[in-house]
Amino acid sequence: MKHQLKSFLAATATAALLASGVSAQETPKAGGTLVVALTGTPRVLNPAVQSGIVTGLPGAQLFAAPLRYDEGWNPQPYLAKSWEVSEDGLNVTLHLQEDATFHDGEPIKSSDIAFSVKIIQQYHPFKSMFAPVTSVDTPDEHTAILNLAHPHPALMLAMSGQLMSIIPEHIYGDGQDPKNHPRNNEDVVGSGPFKLVEFKPGEHVIMERYDGYWEDGLPYLDRIVARIIPDSSSRTIALENGELHLSTFEAEPTLVNRMMKADGISVSGEGYGGIGPIDWLAMNTTRGPLKDVRVRQAIAYAIDKNFIHKAVLRGTAKDALTGVHPDSPLYNANVNAYDLDLDKANALLDEAGFPMEGGKRFDITMELVPFPGYKPQTEYIKQALSKVGINVTIESVPDFPSWAKLMGTMDFDMTLDSVYNWGDPVIGVNRTYMSSNIAKGVWSNTQGYSNARVDELLDLAAQENDQEKRKALYAEFQEIVNEEVPIYYLNAVPMHTFYSNKVGNPPIGGIWSTSSPMDRVWLKE
Amino acid sequence: MDFIRTIATRLFYAVSLLLAVLVLNFTLIHLAPGDVADTIAQSMGGADEEILDRIRADYGLDQPFLIQLGSYMARVLRFDLGYSFFYSMPVTELILQRLPATLLLVFLAQLLALIVGVVLGVISARRPNGMLSHFVTFFALFGYSAPVFWTGILLLIAFSLKIQWFPVAGMRDVTLIGGFWAHFWDVARHLVLPVITLSSIFLALYSRLSRATMMETLGSDYVRTAKAKGLSSRSVVYKHALKNALSPVITLAGLQFSAVVSGAVLVETVFAWPGLGTLAFQSIIARDTPTILGILFFSALMVIVGNLLTDFALRAVDPRMRGRG
Repeated sequence: MKHQLKSFLAATATAALLASGVSAQETPKAGGTLVVALTGTPRVLNPAVQSGIVTGLPGAQLFAAPLRYDEGWNPQPYLAKSWEVSEDGLNVTLHLQEDATFHDGEPIKSSDIAFSVKIIQQYHPFKSMFAPVTSVDTPDEHTAILNLAHPHPALMLAMSGQLMSIIPEHIYGDGQDPKNHPRNNEDVVGSGPFKLVEFKPGEHVIMERYDGYWEDGLPYLDRIVARIIPDSSSRTIALENGELHLSTFEAEPTLVNRMMKADGISVSGEGYGGIGPIDWLAMNTTRGPLKDVRVRQAIAYAIDKNFIHKAVLRGTAKDALTGVHPDSPLYNANVNAYDLDLDKANALLDEAGFPMEGGKRFDITMELVPFPGYKPQTEYIKQALSKVGINVTIESVPDFPSWAKLMGTMDFDMTLDSVYNWGDPVIGVNRTYMSSNIAKGVWSNTQGYSNARVDELLDLAAQENDQEKRKALYAEFQEIVNEEVPIYYLNAVPMHTFYSNKVGNPPIGGIWSTSSPMDRVWLKE
Repeated sequence: MDFIRTIATRLFYAVSLLLAVLVLNFTLIHLAPGDVADTIAQSMGGADEEILDRIRADYGLDQPFLIQLGSYMARVLRFDLGYSFFYSMPVTELILQRLPATLLLVFLAQLLALIVGVVLGVISARRPNGMLSHFVTFFALFGYSAPVFWTGILLLIAFSLKIQWFPVAGMRDVTLIGGFWAHFWDVARHLVLPVITLSSIFLALYSRLSRATMMETLGSDYVRTAKAKGLSSRSVVYKHALKNALSPVITLAGLQFSAVVSGAVLVETVFAWPGLGTLAFQSIIARDTPTILGILFFSALMVIVGNLLTDFALRAVDPRMRGRG
């Protein structure tokens, strides 16, 4: 009851914060040093050449994007004070803030937008974000026109969060390799609200407010110290004893529940829709009994998701029925939930030609994905499937590269996996289902799934600028995939933000968590 | 002349061993499935196949094994440990950044374990069946058996959360403003819990060994003679027996050095101590071959140098050792 009350109060408080940007009673105060946790050392601080949530936290403070998103998934002005999409959807015009400057005082010009797009196209891991951009026109210093080969609605989300960081051409255009550019980690000249003071790999990233930031009065904080603390228990103890103010992407159910009871700490599961992480059971549709859709459906019916949600995830996770994150406006909840039904599972397996003989139908292997915390679910699925005669052998995989190799070469039957949407389906969803992306490395279509209608729907939706029509296309896609079960979706990864009650306007009111600017975060004392 | 030849032979073996460590580990890492391109993709939340191929090409991972090995060894012979794939910086620079923190932690933990271990060992050897001796035995075995990360977390809960005496993580408070002494005390406060945690594993070894050797020494003829001459018990124990009982403990401490470094991996992870241990752990997870090999190179070098010095020191101290090959 106490949990529910606390969650309810947190939700109410969140809603109030979101409605006004900050709480109605509290006026933001300038100054102070916010100490946040980073779960690992970023490879580089420049998000134009490196994705991922560890780079995202410092990256989104150091570099600004053209847009930001509110909690309702609506684009808001950021470096672009306004924008237009042409009638035919082939040009997107950005009008830049006129007094925006890089941290060395140089103005941020439309040519920097063109340069950043070029670098991201070449070096960012998510090719689909800017693939249709054929050129960028710069009619004047504050106008950039992105010309597209075809309409590309995903561009809007791709221009927000950490995905389209605007980097200075006068620094990164010196002919050195942008991936390993010396200014990626030292003497960084960014475009965001905070500038780099010091990056010590393994220790911390220290940033301080950029006084020349274009928006008057922002950022509120004087400094952000991002401390690298890989151990989750140590992070929570540091929050409790006041060494840390904020920790994001916390997904361990026991810690989430423990922090809900902690004094002076608030917990929120909001603000991760853009990141869009989903846990699922991936099935290789190209070999053995799993080739048969009825077998895959039977597996879905034999697994009691409620058990996983209650016993393993301890009520911390949202259900996920499709490959689109439940927070996304494109999510379709009207699909088969595959509620536990052992009779139906047995009937489907009989029908598929796998009769029960001596309490067993067939053997199958399941890779134990080497992410922390996935063993209980794997063990549970083994037990659950044994009830319908499927004998699962769990294979331990020592580390991520070994597992990635099995995935990339489709040398597996089943595995749990955790995959992120990264905003628009074009960026993080399509890769799992397009038949043109089968076995192209880890987190490609490693299920070998192929359906011509799905390919067509994803192609059409990728180019459909009418949001309602687009939603309908994705709804149909989700229905088909849900029916054919190359993947059985378990839950949205229970990512949570732990924050001290001293933090005003914590980063829970958007869709990108700390992979978005913290210029409006403030400290109450 | 013999001495010089011995030194030359030892050095030759040392360099050969170092090269063998590198070749063997390079081969082992290469045999494991997957590579750093996959872990870079993981850190980025996935990557397009073209990007993965380019990462492999950039780092020469698409070359045949022997060419990769050859070019790596050629660089090492020029004293260049290469470039970290994962951290995007030269390996030597990366290691030198982290080495001081680990040396500080490891040295202090070893020192604490040695001093406390020997003191406890001697106390319990004097009255082997006394309550204190049993307590020391229990305490030492508890420290030895408990997983080091668990000990660390317990200490954190007790001394950082419940009684807020010590900080939870890191090596310094970056928000601290002050002079040298302020920073000195800050690092000292950060050191307390990691040092106690790391020393807890070795405390048992040293206290048990010093207890056993002390008991043996206390029963020997010369101690009996010293006692018969009327020397005080304190003088017999601390002036005569302890000196002889100490040498196996010090030899063990030398041998344990590599174990302390490996224990530091877990301790550093729990306390977010910015040392070589966390770097080693992260590079192994990331399959960052140049960094793993660089760390192995440094640790092998430390162990070899340690052994060489022990060897020479023993020859210098113990006349019986001289003249052996």
